[in-house]
Amino acid sequence: MSVNNVKSHIKVYISIFVALMVLTVLTVFVSYLELSIGYAVTIAMIVAVIKGSLVANYFMHLISEKKVIYWVLILTLVFFVILMLLPILSTLDQVSR
Amino acid sequence: MMEIPYTSKPHSETGLYNAKFGIWLFIASEVMLFGALFTAYILLRVGASEWPKGAEILNVPLATINTVVLISSSITMVMSWASLKMNEFSKYKVYMLLTFLLGVVFLVIKFFEYNAKFHHGYFPSTNMFFATYFTLTGLHGLHVIGGMIVNFYFLTIGSKMWNTDKERFTNRIEIAGLYWHFVDLVWIFLFPALYLL
Amino acid sequence: MDNHQHHESFVKKYIFSQDHKIIGIQYGITSLLFLLFGFYLVTVMRWQLAYPMEAFPLERFVYPLLGIGVILLFIRGLKIGIHSVVGVSLILLAGVSWYVATRDENMPNRIMLPEFYNQLGAMHGTIMVFLGVVPLAVGAFGNYIVPLQIGAPDMAFPKLNMSSYWCFFVGGVTMLVSFFVPGGAANSGWTSYPPLSDIATTGQTLWLLGMVFLITSSLLGSVNFIITIVQLRAKGLSFMRLPFFVWTQFVTSFLLLLAFPPLEAAGILQLMDRVAGTSFFLPSGLVVSGDPLPANIGGGTPLLWQHLFWFLAHPEVYVLILPALGIVAEVIANNTRKPLWGYKSLVYATIFLGFMSFIVWAHHMFMTGMGSTINAFFQITTMIISIPSIVILSAMFLSLYGGSIRINTPMLFALAFLPMFGIGGLTGLPLGLSTSDIHLHDTYYVIGHFHYVVAPGTIFALFAGIYYWYPKLTKRKMNEALGKIHFWGSFVAMNVIFFPMLIQGLAGVSRRLYDGGQTYAHAQSVLYLNEVMSIGAWSLAFFQMFFIVNLFLSIKKGKEVDDNPWEATTLDWAATTSPPLAHGNFAQVPEVYRGPYEYSVPGSDKDFIPQHQQ
Ligand code: HEM
Ligand SMILES: [Cu+2]
Repeated sequence: MSVNNVKSHIKVYISIFVALMVLTVLTVFVSYLELSIGYAVTIAMIVAVIKGSLVANYFMHLISEKKVIYWVLILTLVFFVILMLLPILSTLDQVSR
Repeated sequence: MMEIPYTSKPHSETGLYNAKFGIWLFIASEVMLFGALFTAYILLRVGASEWPKGAEILNVPLATINTVVLISSSITMVMSWASLKMNEFSKYKVYMLLTFLLGVVFLVIKFFEYNAKFHHGYFPSTNMFFATYFTLTGLHGLHVIGGMIVNFYFLTIGSKMWNTDKERFTNRIEIAGLYWHFVDLVWIFLFPALYLL
Repeated sequence: MDNHQHHESFVKKYIFSQDHKIIGIQYGITSLLFLLFGFYLVTVMRWQLAYPMEAFPLERFVYPLLGIGVILLFIRGLKIGIHSVVGVSLILLAGVSWYVATRDENMPNRIMLPEFYNQLGAMHGTIMVFLGVVPLAVGAFGNYIVPLQIGAPDMAFPKLNMSSYWCFFVGGVTMLVSFFVPGGAANSGWTSYPPLSDIATTGQTLWLLGMVFLITSSLLGSVNFIITIVQLRAKGLSFMRLPFFVWTQFVTSFLLLLAFPPLEAAGILQLMDRVAGTSFFLPSGLVVSGDPLPANIGGGTPLLWQHLFWFLAHPEVYVLILPALGIVAEVIANNTRKPLWGYKSLVYATIFLGFMSFIVWAHHMFMTGMGSTINAFFQITTMIISIPSIVILSAMFLSLYGGSIRINTPMLFALAFLPMFGIGGLTGLPLGLSTSDIHLHDTYYVIGHFHYVVAPGTIFALFAGIYYWYPKLTKRKMNEALGKIHFWGSFVAMNVIFFPMLIQGLAGVSRRLYDGGQTYAHAQSVLYLNEVMSIGAWSLAFFQMFFIVNLFLSIKKGKEVDDNPWEATTLDWAATTSPPLAHGNFAQVPEVYRGPYEYSVPGSDKDFIPQHQQ
């Protein structure tokens, strides 16, 4: 990566930083709105996912990362979803409920 | 005698040097760690007969400040790495010091937050809400401390490597950064889950 | 190549070593000691099962351990070496067992209390799995062999490798220390199910701390293995030219990397329950010894622990078996003098197996009241995962077909592995179907089933590996006569121990009974088997003496051989000396031109072509 390249990156970092700040304020603001829990969770999680992907993509440079890393993370994500989903589904499916 | 290859040069097939690949694998395992904790959080919360809204008993302004602090430390971290890329070692030192200090600020605020809870008689054993709150933020705090130790090392003795092997030192800061950003990322999810919902 | 002597201090060279070969040996010795100790615990349990409530003949159990320890310590005068380390460890273990067994809270008047039986059972399981088999299969074999087989100078991160060993060591010591705290070691089974484990004695806290160290060690190790295998392969050694053993270690590392963290999370939650008074795993309305728990306790879910525990523990059984399959594959290819049958299908089956192992875990939880939809899901995935296992086993059997088989000790163990693993696998199918599992769950049938997989299965494979790679470390072969006695004795004893378990289990005898089922009417007709199994277990102990003697005797007295005594094709044998160079393994950087098992290639003058031969 050349010096110029880095310089243009720095501009991106700054704008990501601003975006993160705005989103933080937004999510706190929304939490004061007394929305129903369903809406509140959805909005909060959407905002968190956006913030998270900004950090991952730009600060952690995931957007221009090598293929192997993508594969590892996709695999991890699959297991992550399984780990979340199956226990929750099986709890919902309990005979006692 | 053979040297271990790809300690700082990228491998021709994967395009990665060893440590960078390594830290991503480590982060993958951390994703599973926090994934399990989030699963626990959801199951416990769904199963609870009552669950207070975080904002009613936790200090949202303080936590918001902490969010800002942590995000700022991420940008200083990435700037310290960019400074090395541009061969400006003194700037690196400044940014790294800032990153470290922001970590300190985060912990100090956390300390006051915990202290206030203890004063009001809220402990992990009080109820399920505080159990999850203390456990998750505590574990996250430990991760912050871990990252600060690493950063402190690269700020002091570890920075000598700049004089002998610039490329490898820059790589090391990249690695430390990846970990630090990940800790930030975890907080981005913890903050709404515990404080706002 | 530089030949100058590296003057390193003793501590740096042998204790805090960063050389994968030394670390592999450290792992090997420590885990063999733990295997011995875990087995020792079970021989004590088998006394209680065979002769319930009869006074325990402590001397008969401790003196042999002490005796071997003393012999090893002095066998070569006062010269210090591996034998003295092992000798001292055995004497220490004998001391520990004496002290623990003479305490009134464990064995008043030498009569075993149920609480003590539970400690032994829980620690047997924990030690065997986490401190014995996995560190031996992955920490020792993986560490020593993988870099050699892929032509690498070392692991990718030597310092991390060293830390991984020392984390493991601390975790192991923590587990041992737990025998000394009030109430003794953990006693809630190796599964540590709450709510029992939440309210159990202090030993459980140490168990959790020990596990945190062991998990950390595994994580460091698995990152290291994956990077090493991906980045450090020799030139020309493409993935489809990797020896099958490396493949199994590769998949195993992913299992450890991604399945262990959830258990770590669960461990942290349980630790909080125990030390900070939370109730993540404690349901409301719990009554302990007649007293209801305080009002702020409760609201938790014990099933959460089971999910997180088995999310690790099912993949963990593949961690126990995959490296064993890898070892067996190497030994079989080498001793049939022909290529493995269906190498590619072996590789794909292994990858598929690894993936599937993450989505079958709740077959351990059929009895927790999950609904039929989720049950059906886990039954189907469990049946699916048996397919790659059968593919692998069949490929190994087919590899034997038409070979001119060399029968030596490693090959005997590898050959015995196949049917034993087969029995273990087939007896697992009824457990994967909820209808039959209702009858079999938590009986000795389960114990019989998984021991067929891990004891005459994995342990035999590990023995095969030790006999096979011993000349790599010492340039000497282990004694064949002693080896064959060890094999036949162990083979018979193993079946005498574990087959009756299946029978008892079908009769409905529960596991974890400290009197072996004496008080149950339905167990009466199969009670006589308890003594049979115990005698089997003690005979097994007796035959292990031949192994221990052989292991140490052969260091000096074994038959001297050249660098590649088995005429193998893989780089670990063909491209380097025995033992390999201390720094960097290879005199010249090896380059690879062919697949891993080019045995008996038509038209070539020798019956094997090394991978690095052009
Ligand atoms: C080779 C000799 C071995 C013998 C004679 C033996 C014997 C036993 C017996 C009798 C039990 C049942 C105790 C009870 O339910 O009360 C048991 C449990 C168990 N064994 Fe082994 N075993 C051996 C090897 C192994 C190995 C190699 C492993 C693992 C790699 C292992 C893992 C376990 C586990 C996980 C349990 C369950 C403990 C619990 O109930 O929590 N065993 N063993
Ligand atoms: Cu399973």
